[in-house]
Amino acid sequence: MLHVKNLTASIGGTPILNGLDLDVGSGEVHAIMGPNGSGKSTFAHALAGRDGYEIAGTATLDGVDLLDMEPEARAAAGVFVGFQYPVEIPGVNNMYFLRTALNSVRRARGETEIGARDFLSIAQEAMDLVEMKEGFLYRAVNAGFSGGEKKRNEILQMAVMEPLLAVLDETDSGLDIDALRIVASGVNALRGPERSMIVITHYQRLLDYIKPDFVHVLVDGRIVKSGDHTLALHLEDHGYADFVNHDLDDAPERPLSGATR
Amino acid sequence: MSETLREIKEMTDASYEYGFSTDLETDIAPPGLTEDTVRLISAKKDEPEWLLDWRLKAFEAWKSMDEPDWAKLEIKPIDYQALSYWAAPTSKPVLDSMDDVDPDIRDMFDKLGIPLHEQKMLSNVAVDAIVDSVSVVTTFKETLAEAGVIFCSFSEAVRDHPDLVREHLGSVVPVRDNFFAALNSAVFSDGSFCYIPAGVRCPMELSTYFRINAMNTGQFERTLIVAEDDSHVSYLEGCTAPQRDENQLHAAVVELVAKDRSEIKYSTVQNWYPGDENGLGGIYNFVTKRGRAHTDAKISWTQVETGSAITWKYPSVILQGDRSVGEFYSVALSSKRQQADTGTKMIHIGADTTSSIISKGISAAHGQNTYRGLVKVLRSAKNARNYTQCDSLLLGPDCGAHTIPYIEVKNPTARVEHEASTSTVGEDQLYYCRQRGMTEEDAMSMIVNGFCREVFDELPMEFAVEAGRLLSVSLEGSVG
Repeated sequence: MLHVKNLTASIGGTPILNGLDLDVGSGEVHAIMGPNGSGKSTFAHALAGRDGYEIAGTATLDGVDLLDMEPEARAAAGVFVGFQYPVEIPGVNNMYFLRTALNSVRRARGETEIGARDFLSIAQEAMDLVEMKEGFLYRAVNAGFSGGEKKRNEILQMAVMEPLLAVLDETDSGLDIDALRIVASGVNALRGPERSMIVITHYQRLLDYIKPDFVHVLVDGRIVKSGDHTLALHLEDHGYADFVNHDLDDAPERPLSGATR
Repeated sequence: MSETLREIKEMTDASYEYGFSTDLETDIAPPGLTEDTVRLISAKKDEPEWLLDWRLKAFEAWKSMDEPDWAKLEIKPIDYQALSYWAAPTSKPVLDSMDDVDPDIRDMFDKLGIPLHEQKMLSNVAVDAIVDSVSVVTTFKETLAEAGVIFCSFSEAVRDHPDLVREHLGSVVPVRDNFFAALNSAVFSDGSFCYIPAGVRCPMELSTYFRINAMNTGQFERTLIVAEDDSHVSYLEGCTAPQRDENQLHAAVVELVAKDRSEIKYSTVQNWYPGDENGLGGIYNFVTKRGRAHTDAKISWTQVETGSAITWKYPSVILQGDRSVGEFYSVALSSKRQQADTGTKMIHIGADTTSSIISKGISAAHGQNTYRGLVKVLRSAKNARNYTQCDSLLLGPDCGAHTIPYIEVKNPTARVEHEASTSTVGEDQLYYCRQRGMTEEDAMSMIVNGFCREVFDELPMEFAVEAGRLLSVSLEGSVG
């Protein structure tokens, strides 16, 4: 499904990703953990095609090379990023935004667009997943939403977009325990044999709810350790010190990356 | 950022889709403006003596006045003697039936999306179609007459309802009000007249569609709306013009009279030709719009200004009666080399009067957009209240947004609030939308439309959709 090989990314000459390799098969959920500034969010943005990075290496989804594509073409190819900081779009109602998004990718794929009435039932089904009330659809996109609402809105969008690859960037940050449960159960409901997921997080806590098939540790822009979910438990107890201090001894000249968010 | 700039540039370079011109046989007066020109216009229209006298008085006043120079506008000098002050399609101007409309004119309005055929007319919207100087057709007249509503061209009103016209003409905008109002009063050609009797709620939207077609002519139309006690009317106007390299002058006057407990809602979608990206051509739009609200009356102006090379326009409300209400909702877009100096005046005279102003300015390419507004509370206006919100959106590094509010308060019980903001469309907003599959252009258009939402919500449904689309077209290539 997703094959990432020797991916590098830098901003203004400052390297952030330093040869990242990752394979994610269909239906698998991979967790990426790592200390602040290790390049986790940059990885998500590099896959999504955010402007401003110098990128090299390869990343293919279902055989399609992503890296030369515009962000909207990647979305049409099935890439979805659940953002750590979803932006507000005042005056644009959520329902309209969602339908425009879905129809944009459908149009790009040569599929028929979905009318307002049919869309409403799609949206309602998705809203049930994240326990949202209908009024939520008529508010402006993320404007005045609480932190929890914003994250639930991301999952709602994922449910509507039905991506091949979902990258959830610190979806657990800023969530109270109830919101975390809702978000996680939404994500779990969206797991499926055709869908790959990458869950980026700082904390093992989220992984109690979303059981990953694999866990990877990202340090200084490279995956330094991979394992099953027990790796996350190890990190919870010992922190990242093991990897930062020992596994990277061979790369002392690399500048500290601080430009990512 | 450079990506975004390129996008913005492409958008602002978008072409003007109403720029076609129609070959109509036209009766045009020779260029020049003298007392004889005024007499000629009046004679062409077969006007009564009192109206000729009124025009001549205005002309005398105009000769002694100077163009206003206080606006933040750079205007090439206008040679008033080089313009023609009368142009009319030669086909029969007043028609008994829609089927009598000159097919060329009908086609022109079809192209503009305003069908005048009986079968295709917009349901529940009566249209007065004005080409150059004259009204060519008014739809739904009979339906309106049943409710007692008069909706006709200004010329017909002068002929058929002279007392109503004479009583109210110039009662809100006197001939000496300003340079352009005086000019209009002297040479106005036609326009719309609308009268809602006491207690009547107008059964449909009224609208006037203005089209400048002839070259080198000025368009000077005049609209007068009188709403008697306890009546209600919603009125829309739309405007387009062909794409020409010369600047064309448009100087209109609109007067609204809202009697006790009545309500007038006046909406404009102005899309005159804006000129090209180098500032060549485009309409000079100098408009005086003002309403007088009597006791418990309400006047609401909504405008979407996307066209014109120059816009000079301040739809205002004189809040004369106690508890009267004035509202101003505006979206003004300046792209290419467009300059807009627009806003409102709210003059509080009566006690407990309230006004609200929501202004959304959008600047792109080399556009300059100025909000200029006056909130004036006279000594008599006890407990007057005003709320003003001015938001500016800047798209690109070469445009400008300016906010110039004037506040004069003479009564200590008044409460006046002013809020202003300036923002731009964020890279992160665009990225977010594109990650969801939208093209950069669609994303920009959606975000800008969202910025204008509060104003669009005030427009009648048919116009709100049109306004959103118009904004997207005007911004095409300019988003970022």
